[in-house]
Amino acid sequence: MSQIFHRSTNTFSRITIFGAVFILAFLTWVFAELNASNYNTRATEAREQPVPFSHAHHVGAIGLDCRYCHTTVETSGFANVPPTKTCMNCHSQIWSTSPTLEPVRASFRNGTSIGWTRVNDLPDFVYFNHSIHVNKGIGCESCHGRVDKMPLTWQENSLQMEWCLDCHRQPEKYLRPREFITKMGYQPAGDQLEIGTRLRREYNIQDTRVLTSCSTCHR
Amino acid sequence: MSDTSNHSDLAAIKARLEASGTGRHYWRSLDDLAQTSEFRDMVDREFPRLAIGWSEDESPVEGRRNFLKLMGASLALGGLAACTRQPTERIMPYIRQPEDLIPGKPLFYATATTLNGIASGVLAESHEGRPTKIEGNPEHPATLGACDVFSQASVLGLYDPDRSQAITLEGDIQAWGDYLGALREALAAQKLKNGAGLRILTETITSPTMASQLAAIQKLYPQSKWHQWDPAGPHSARAAASLTFGAPVNTYYDLSKADVIVSLDSDFLAQGPGSLRYARQFSARRRVQNGQTTMNRLYVAEPMPTPTGTKADHRFAFRAGDIEEFAWALATGLGVANGPKKGDNGDIYKNIGAIARDLQHHQGACLVIAGECQPPIVHALAHVINDKLGNVGQTVFYTDPLEANPVDQVASLQDLVKDLDAGAVDLLLIVGGNPAFNAPVELGMRDCLKKATLRAHLSLYDNETSELCQWRLPEAHYLESWGDARAFDGTVTIQQPLIQPLYNGRSAYQFLQMLTENPEQSDYNIVKGYWAAQHKGADFETWWRRAVHDGVVPDSALPRKKPAIHADAISSPPVKRRMGGKLEVIFRPDPTIYDGRFANNGWLQELPKPITKLTWDNAAIMSPQTASRLGVLYQGLSSPSQEVPMVELTYEGRSLRAPVWVQPAHAEGSVTLHLGYGRTRGGRAATGMGFNPYGLRTAKALWQDVGMSAKKISAMYPIATTQDFHVLDTERHAIHAGELDEYLKNPQSVHEGAEAKPRELTLYPDWKYDGYAWGMAIDLNACTGCGACVVACQAENNIAVVGKDQVRRGRAMHWIRVDSYYKGMPNLPDGIYNQPVPCMHCEDAPCELVCPVQATNHSAEGLNDMVYNRCVGTRYCSNNCPYKVRRFNFYQFADYETPSLKLLHNPDVTVRSRGVMEKCSYCVQRINYAKIESEKQNRKVADGEIQTACQATCPAEAIIFGNVNDPSSRVSKMKAEKSNYGLLAELNTRPRTTYLATLRNPNQEVES
Repeated sequence: MSQIFHRSTNTFSRITIFGAVFILAFLTWVFAELNASNYNTRATEAREQPVPFSHAHHVGAIGLDCRYCHTTVETSGFANVPPTKTCMNCHSQIWSTSPTLEPVRASFRNGTSIGWTRVNDLPDFVYFNHSIHVNKGIGCESCHGRVDKMPLTWQENSLQMEWCLDCHRQPEKYLRPREFITKMGYQPAGDQLEIGTRLRREYNIQDTRVLTSCSTCHR
Repeated sequence: MSDTSNHSDLAAIKARLEASGTGRHYWRSLDDLAQTSEFRDMVDREFPRLAIGWSEDESPVEGRRNFLKLMGASLALGGLAACTRQPTERIMPYIRQPEDLIPGKPLFYATATTLNGIASGVLAESHEGRPTKIEGNPEHPATLGACDVFSQASVLGLYDPDRSQAITLEGDIQAWGDYLGALREALAAQKLKNGAGLRILTETITSPTMASQLAAIQKLYPQSKWHQWDPAGPHSARAAASLTFGAPVNTYYDLSKADVIVSLDSDFLAQGPGSLRYARQFSARRRVQNGQTTMNRLYVAEPMPTPTGTKADHRFAFRAGDIEEFAWALATGLGVANGPKKGDNGDIYKNIGAIARDLQHHQGACLVIAGECQPPIVHALAHVINDKLGNVGQTVFYTDPLEANPVDQVASLQDLVKDLDAGAVDLLLIVGGNPAFNAPVELGMRDCLKKATLRAHLSLYDNETSELCQWRLPEAHYLESWGDARAFDGTVTIQQPLIQPLYNGRSAYQFLQMLTENPEQSDYNIVKGYWAAQHKGADFETWWRRAVHDGVVPDSALPRKKPAIHADAISSPPVKRRMGGKLEVIFRPDPTIYDGRFANNGWLQELPKPITKLTWDNAAIMSPQTASRLGVLYQGLSSPSQEVPMVELTYEGRSLRAPVWVQPAHAEGSVTLHLGYGRTRGGRAATGMGFNPYGLRTAKALWQDVGMSAKKISAMYPIATTQDFHVLDTERHAIHAGELDEYLKNPQSVHEGAEAKPRELTLYPDWKYDGYAWGMAIDLNACTGCGACVVACQAENNIAVVGKDQVRRGRAMHWIRVDSYYKGMPNLPDGIYNQPVPCMHCEDAPCELVCPVQATNHSAEGLNDMVYNRCVGTRYCSNNCPYKVRRFNFYQFADYETPSLKLLHNPDVTVRSRGVMEKCSYCVQRINYAKIESEKQNRKVADGEIQTACQATCPAEAIIFGNVNDPSSRVSKMKAEKSNYGLLAELNTRPRTTYLATLRNPNQEVES
């Protein structure tokens, strides 16, 4: 019986078997990169909204505090998107005929919500609580980025678990004094790690083992 | 079990029991007792054999192959599907945000549920306007913060997609205006004849507002009649009050002062108005902790074992009809009546002397309670005994009746039927209820009703009665409407809505208002208007807001009084009953679906009924001997088919086919039938489940009678019971129990027979818990096994309903179960023991080691965390759990589709998908909530600040949760008690959930 495979097949198969490790490693790397890519996480993608609301204008230019609109951020797990009434506090007086703001006025007239597109969207099995973070010295900016420079809002970070754990493992890297929570462009007055370590003690922030337990975020 | 070879008689079980000589103490079922091969199989398996099959019509082998194929395919597809990006979501903010509402934080509103017209005060939890959970109202005298199964499940009733959703006339959809037009037309005709043709049929009414409405209607239409019917109402107590006091009175108890309690077939710890309060008071007197060394003593005489019966220090399994003789004998023994000193049934008289002495030694601090289902004479005897023993004003209290019009409801219904038959009814308005289904059978209600010219039924469901009415009107749920009602002591509770009616329903108040001069009024205005008219003094608005906020109208409890007992209250001679070779039939409201009104509630249907652990069905419940005599004693129920034999029951010429349920500790010669099943209309969960005992129930014997015969028929019936599922190896002493005197002398006596303490040696590295360490202690001495914790857990943790077929495969999803154990011989066990089993949160958890994907992990505070998004469904964890507390989503059990059910979910808990393992989390969402709130205030979580859902609802306060690292916490103190033990602790799992042994306080003079 004649040989089915040519002799060169031996070399080919040797390379394949040896290369399998590298190929698998490469594929894993590709998958991991794709998974963490901005395409997948939708980070840095400015999202279209029913009204082109500009944080850059309201926060950056006018200087509104975050909590003027997101009133529940210190008390509730959910940082609310303001009711139409909050918009109308000003916009019944200024830009009150602007066609861009018609959806806002329509909402106020008809009693229907403005359906904002959710920008920072965690999976449903994650239970993030805003109030505990802002009360313990994590600034808005640390997660949401320089909102004061976003004409249309985008998600600044990947919001993947690895990213959360970076801080939960060592919160002192990001802690800031409570009075600077809503400050955009905060610069620590000294060594961040030193300040962070002091604040961690001062604010009674829990042990890393507790912060990284599954049920801290998942239930 | 399709042939008869498995039907062995009792003698064989006993023989096997004696031959085995294992000397085991506790058993779960006859199969367990006899250690049948089917049962051993069940112990060894995680799920019953049936669970392996892919579907019913495939062999297990074929099923497994298909399973693997499909799993392979779904893994590949699942992997692809996981690559999608997050779908875009929308945020819908308020237009104008309500003032007190903080999005993301629940609000609690006081309101009230009613059963047979009597209120339980509850707090309803609201998430952005959707009620999701019911808790007890701590300020309400009837609930004291606890909740029963019916209130817990009522929130599912609100969102039930099968509720009546449209106003229809002969099947055509109409508007409320159309109905009002038709009604006004009919009323105009009635006005001319003073309402002679107008009849209103309601359930029992205690609401002061509704009473005033009905009085106003009566004034407008003087010849109209108002009838009331509740099939499981306190008919006997009402009749007994007239018999004893010559006037209707309401009776209630204070168990905190009672040292000795005799229950004459009363399930006062689990059923009836005030039962939550009684359970709280009763269990407080049985806590041998914190230096308390005394216990009350409970004697129970009852036919069918009830939660109260499981707490008895002496339980006598008497036929329901023999309770009367027992009551006579007790009264005679106490010298207050002149009854027989001795009868044919020696068992009844055997211990009378001892019980009578015990009562006499505790004059003014004892209590005799007659069961709602016992005939009036038993109630009268109890009244007389309590009076004689000086208990009135101490442990027994009388007030004016709670009901607005305490009539004999059977007579009321018979009167209506007479008028219907005579063709005298032109307009019949039925407010709630379901008389066509649950009226005494000989009245022929189904045919009678049709004789009224115009019929309208206001109802939550389109049920058997609606079917016979031209106008079917959707009723508003109690969480959708204003109202008021009286609690067990007369306290008025304002019922406050939390949500607009989902299906355009209207409340009974609005429905009745349509008959008055001012037909279109909101129920808010009706109820508030009534109280404004009643209010004396200034500032009604503040008073009203306070009453609504607290859920209790201040000082509205009816004043206590001491009615004089008629001389001839118990003058009638005792009636002699002859069994004549026949059986006794006993009708009782079902422990979970009551009289049938909750039949479409999946949570209640799937809740294993206390003691029997039946789900989705009722059965002809009888003792092993009776079953043996009828030739239907079965065994091998734990075999895959789980079928039981059926009998044909014949009583008064009517017959009924029913499956047999053999119940150890049931009275010999009686058959208990739970009402409410066999519905033919009223929703998909209700229809076609079980069989209908109303078909045998007559006005003369609402609760029990002799003269039923039973015949075995060849058919078999598939039954769903959880009693033999999730069994622990009972040879390992799951229950630790003892007697009080012995325990006080030698506390270790309760643990005798248990395996040696675990070695401290472990392969796991030691972990230091230096922050919080969460733990739970369950006081078995307090637990009544009522099942409220199971439903509370289901509501809190979004636990899915799986249906009868899946329950039969051992796939019920409850995170906490209540196991029942028996001790002694099968006919007359020495005792029945309840044991709630949630996850033990073992410090050295066997489940965690075997998970290949780290989906179950230990938290730094000692919780055994379950991470759903990591779980791939290998089920290794469940295989390795010695407590069998893990539950697997074999199918997509959670309902993602039905719009109304989406509103029901607790937003703080993940809704689990198919292929995921789940289990008790110690309500980690509540722990996190409390921790976050405390940390924001820079303090530690206070003891008692976190209540798990099961703990919060428990009327007996049997479940205590807290920080075991804090020696002053309640849970630490309980764990320090000598009676504390860990379930299967010999496996060295170091469970965080531990139990306090159950104690009995027997009277040494009583012979068993």
